[in-house]
Amino acid sequence: MRAAPFRLAAALLAAGATAIAPARAQQGAQVHGNFSTDAQYYNTDSAIGAVVPPQRFGANAWGNLIVTHGPFEAGLRFEAYNPPLAGYPAGLPYKGSGLGYRYAKFTKDGLEVTVGNFYEQFGQGLVLRSYEERYLGVDNAMDGFRLRYTPYRGVHLKGLVGLQRMSFDNGTVNGPGIVRAFDAEVSLAELLDSAWTSAHNIIIGGSFVSKYQEDRDPALVLPENVGAWAARLNYITPRWNLLAEYAHKINDPNGRNGFIYKPGQAATLSATYGTRGIGVMMGVHSFDNMFFQSDRAAPTPFDLNINFLPPLTKQHTYNLPATLYPYATQPNGEVAAQGEVFYSFKRGSPLGGKHGTKLAVNYAVAYGLDTLRLGAADDTTRRLGYRAGLFSPSERMYFQDINVELRKKVAPDWELALTYLNLVYDIDVVQGKPGKPTVYADMVILEGLHNFTDRNSVRFELQHLSTRQDLGNWATALAELTFSPHWFVAAMDQYNYVTFDETFLMDGKTEVKPERIHYPIGSVGYIKGGNRFQVNYGRQRAGIFCVGGVCRVVPAANGLSVSITSTF
Amino acid sequence: MTMRYLIAAGLAALVSTAALAQGRMPAVQLQTMEGKRTDTRAFVENDGKPVIVNFWATWCAPCKRELNAIAEVYDQWQAETGVKLVAVSIDDPRSVARVAPYVNGQGWEYDVLLDPNGELKRALNVNNVPHTFLLDGKGDIVWQHNNYEPGDEKALYRKVREVAGQ
Repeated sequence: MRAAPFRLAAALLAAGATAIAPARAQQGAQVHGNFSTDAQYYNTDSAIGAVVPPQRFGANAWGNLIVTHGPFEAGLRFEAYNPPLAGYPAGLPYKGSGLGYRYAKFTKDGLEVTVGNFYEQFGQGLVLRSYEERYLGVDNAMDGFRLRYTPYRGVHLKGLVGLQRMSFDNGTVNGPGIVRAFDAEVSLAELLDSAWTSAHNIIIGGSFVSKYQEDRDPALVLPENVGAWAARLNYITPRWNLLAEYAHKINDPNGRNGFIYKPGQAATLSATYGTRGIGVMMGVHSFDNMFFQSDRAAPTPFDLNINFLPPLTKQHTYNLPATLYPYATQPNGEVAAQGEVFYSFKRGSPLGGKHGTKLAVNYAVAYGLDTLRLGAADDTTRRLGYRAGLFSPSERMYFQDINVELRKKVAPDWELALTYLNLVYDIDVVQGKPGKPTVYADMVILEGLHNFTDRNSVRFELQHLSTRQDLGNWATALAELTFSPHWFVAAMDQYNYVTFDETFLMDGKTEVKPERIHYPIGSVGYIKGGNRFQVNYGRQRAGIFCVGGVCRVVPAANGLSVSITSTF
Repeated sequence: MTMRYLIAAGLAALVSTAALAQGRMPAVQLQTMEGKRTDTRAFVENDGKPVIVNFWATWCAPCKRELNAIAEVYDQWQAETGVKLVAVSIDDPRSVARVAPYVNGQGWEYDVLLDPNGELKRALNVNNVPHTFLLDGKGDIVWQHNNYEPGDEKALYRKVREVAGQ
């Protein structure tokens, strides 16, 4: 079943490419691609619980090729996981090598037609987002066809039908559910030419998405067609941007919500303000029963997601806050809010000094959703599960993050940044570790950058996290020497230690002697043009690696790793 | 076996064209911070002057270092060569709302475009950020770099001057 469409794709691509070859001189056919691999040789290291796969070596590799010829485009991606890196991917396992993605596309008089695989997003993705985060192993590419049509300037229509990528076994394996979706959007500033629309814009959009999956359940009558709709309104001026989106999903009993028949809903509101030197962002959202997967029995929360529910928290870039306690959205129910201010103190002002100062303040909080469990009075109410309203938080705080960053050039060749974070993290809910106490952590980070010459510089980071829960304290030191534009050398050590007691209540239950472990790692990189090579050797702490809104747990490892990327 | 032959034939044809192919900007529709759609082929128009297309994200520290470093000399670059920098944010729905306040807070004067689902990123075969492309006055990609280290902006500017015929 799987081989047939891929054979078709290969034929398409081959035909396309062969047809292009003779015409290239006049028409200017384009061929581009990229390659990327992450490989690691694993050593055993019992001190950190490093997992060594039987093959001792893991490598993920991807190669993309895209051919464009006027309005025609075709592409494919080859993938290899022999075996994949430990802990990769986030969802169902990948194995073997083969074609992971192939498509052909053309545009004619405002109509864009895509057949094969494609990615798509409606609005913010509350009811549909098909996307790829290769380094996490998240890929829910659609496989079918898509039409995008602009019948009139400012009016954008999209329609699609397809299956979704579920896993990889010598080629993409699609899931069992069919997704059908339609979206319409009108952008007034594009539609109308007036004095008002030259400075203001109103965008109105709406989507409808439906999934089909056969009901084979012997006991329950499950809905085979499940629909969801969303509406959005966006008002934009040169300084303001106000965005509201609401989504509703009809009854969708599935493994994630305990097979209840309650409808789901989601609402997000955000407002941003900005003018030169200052930017402000505020946002709130509320999700209720919004897991939307094209297989109601999807094995993991990472597989076959039709929609995307992003966490409303800052994504940190420093190692400790980014990888120890990042927040993940709770699609079954959460109420979250975030506010952020960016400000530049002008040069010459008391706080700006000679070279200016930049300040960023961020606050994010997430609570559970207040729900009223429906009893077993009768079968109908029991099957609905619970009752809940949007934006009514429960008493349980899942996450809170207060952080302040001050960045200042203190001399022409010296820049310093000081960051403070205070974190509350419900590790039981967010990481699914029942019984573990909530983590309260304080972090201080100092970063410095010094330029020796126009081409050579050193950057360092000193990070400290203190907590009396989970793994205790962490200290991190990093130094990076760069020789622009081709070379860099970096060394980092992370030190896990506990200072507060002779013994330590690990997981809130087991009393253990605190272990003091160093995680040293060194890296060398060479970059030239579209090629980038990086080699690392050392210990890698278990952590959570996030890109965009999704995170993957990376196990502890010890060994040599190599990353190569190339674009042509 | 048929599939293998077809792929082999396809690849052979691809390779034979690749030798002559020039790097062009693919046609993709992106959103401006004003919520208007713009075609990539329109934003690379710069009256025959060079254009820098830089992929970045609010969660990418080296990207922000690079764009902040260029921001300090951007006036001078523009005055000397007429170069234009287009900063393409690949922030997804999680952080795309932070792009405009961040850009304002930094006081950047770049053309900032949003690519929240990675359409242009895929079309240009970008693996990770930061990734910088330099386009000549005809819109052909003449140079690229997939990294940022302090000082890289000077190497980039040497290329810009070269392309601008200086």
